Amino acid sequence: MWDYSEKVIEHYRNPRNVGKIDNADAIGVAGSLACGDQLKIYLKIKNNIVVDAKFQTFGCGSAVASSSILTEMIIGKTLDEVRKITNKDIADQLGGLPPEKMHCSVMGHEALEDALKNYDDYMDLDELRAEPVKEKIICQCFGVTENQIWEAIKVNGLKTVEEVTNFTKAGGACGRCKDVIKDIIETYYNKLEKEEHEASTLSPAQKILKISKVIETQIAAELQKDGGDITLVDIDGSKVYVKLRGKCSGCKNAMMTLKGFVENTLRETVDKNIEVIEVE
Amino acid sequence: MNLVYLDNNATTKVDERVLEAMLPYFSQEYGNPSSMYDFAKTAAHAMQNARGQMKDFFNAENEKDIIFTGGGSESANLAIRGVLNMNKNKRHIITSKVEHPCVLNLYNQLEKEGYKVDYINVNSNGDLDLEELNEKVDYDTALVSIMFANNETGVIFPIEKVVEIVKSKNKETKIFVDAVQAAGKIDINVQELGVDLLGVSGHKFHAPKGVGALYVNPKTLITPLIIGGHQERGKRAGTENVPYIVGMGLAAALAKDGLKYEATEVKRLRDKLETNILKNIYNARLNTGVVNRVPNTTNIGFEYIEGELILLHMSDVGICASSGSACTSGSLEPSHVLRAMNVPFTAVHGSIRFSLSKYTTEKEIDYVIEKLPPIIEKLIGISPYQDELAAIKKLRG
Repeated sequence: MWDYSEKVIEHYRNPRNVGKIDNADAIGVAGSLACGDQLKIYLKIKNNIVVDAKFQTFGCGSAVASSSILTEMIIGKTLDEVRKITNKDIADQLGGLPPEKMHCSVMGHEALEDALKNYDDYMDLDELRAEPVKEKIICQCFGVTENQIWEAIKVNGLKTVEEVTNFTKAGGACGRCKDVIKDIIETYYNKLEKEEHEASTLSPAQKILKISKVIETQIAAELQKDGGDITLVDIDGSKVYVKLRGKCSGCKNAMMTLKGFVENTLRETVDKNIEVIEVE
Repeated sequence: MNLVYLDNNATTKVDERVLEAMLPYFSQEYGNPSSMYDFAKTAAHAMQNARGQMKDFFNAENEKDIIFTGGGSESANLAIRGVLNMNKNKRHIITSKVEHPCVLNLYNQLEKEGYKVDYINVNSNGDLDLEELNEKVDYDTALVSIMFANNETGVIFPIEKVVEIVKSKNKETKIFVDAVQAAGKIDINVQELGVDLLGVSGHKFHAPKGVGALYVNPKTLITPLIIGGHQERGKRAGTENVPYIVGMGLAAALAKDGLKYEATEVKRLRDKLETNILKNIYNARLNTGVVNRVPNTTNIGFEYIEGELILLHMSDVGICASSGSACTSGSLEPSHVLRAMNVPFTAVHGSIRFSLSKYTTEKEIDYVIEKLPPIIEKLIGISPYQDELAAIKKLRG
């Protein structure tokens, strides 16, 4: 017997938004009958906002609960907000899932991603014309790709083959791909270590260049979307002095979040010791 | 209705009479049966009596042929390891694809230790491929182990025929029968069957969990798994679990008396449940043949919906059963038994096993017949396979 949270129980007993949307703007599918679970999600999108979402699921209690809560999480949200949802968010919203059932939240996320991709493809004719990228399938039994495994490791900080199986199902049947999964985990953490190492060994000049590049290309672009901006004032070791301008400058809370966003982005991309200091 | 327990192949309720018979051996007659003083004699005699009851239960020739164990898995491990250790020059084993995990996983381990294992196929009714068995037995075959009745489907294997085939090809090959799911449901007669070893587990026939027995015929030599004292004639060391052994002995005697009730009344209720589900629910399919089954078990697949979800919803109205779906096992693969029978993927994940007992009442069966259709109807509504379901509905109407 699984120890399901009350939220999971509530959602499989009374699933929300069951069914299909006729002439939906985007449909996403994940899983298959052979694998034992499949999720179809239907989205109605207006002005970049998900105005309606419905689902149909073949799967266990946690699969139905994940699908159900996902529809609740996305209705009324902008596409940008919806794109940021991870499998972890789904599991968190449900008050957690048993480790062996985490793959249900991953399936929810995959169906959502699939739907968004189909929507984007439809909108972006250039991409539609481009050659589809063939993804490398690692687990033949459940059809799990290298990217899916990589993403699961990254989002959930998975460290062992067993955890990867719990989250993605990969390696859960014949087990032949377990060695490959182990390699992927090792490669991921080696890469992470290497990146961290590189960051800490940047020369002062390299570091300054990288910080200003990230601010220009990533951070400023993001802030400008919301009518804000950022100017780099000075760099002293790990201290980065910036001038922040937001639509809501003056609102202290908004500025705190803004500063946090700048600091996190720089820490992730350049050096984890970076400290952002705001100047007037 | 509080609780409708239809998962008796998983475990059973301890019979009140069994519990009562056990109680004195905890704090009154607690002597060690091996002790010399008079006080311990009551315990020793009670155990001897239980051994006699097990002998009768198996229709064995001699009480000495019974070894008390800690359950079904131990019985299987003792039989298999015990025979192989005594016949170290032979390296080949035969079993079926649908054995219980306690046997299959042991064989996986033995393969790693250098044994060659052949797994015999079953057909879509769940019946054993006896021709394949005949082909596989050779001079090097140390052991053939075949279950008596399957835990998931209830399908009975023709043990007498298995013995005939195996012994006609190699007289030295030993035969172990895992009879855990046959015990208390159909008659077991080791002499008529001609088997060398046969194991059972007490908690499947209204004795408590943690006690079992292994029949070993006098011509079959085995080594012990647990080394220590002289108990069970050196084949299973450790002070005997007297109260549980007493309980199992009585449970076996009661089960033997109850076989006719199983074959008539339990079977009638099982058939009623099965017929009504198949009649009232359009996406239900029987996963086995109709004949050659123990009287208490039915395994039904509900196509295009998932088993765990069915169990959870049945649990909400107090009905207990089990499923062959991947999700319930904690592993990601569906039942190896149903897969070996080539049950289609559309049904295997939505397979439910109902297993009755002597305590199952007509009222309970009627309750399930009433409560199940709306549950299945609700879950069909969630399924993404609406077109396929509509096609089945049209077909079976």
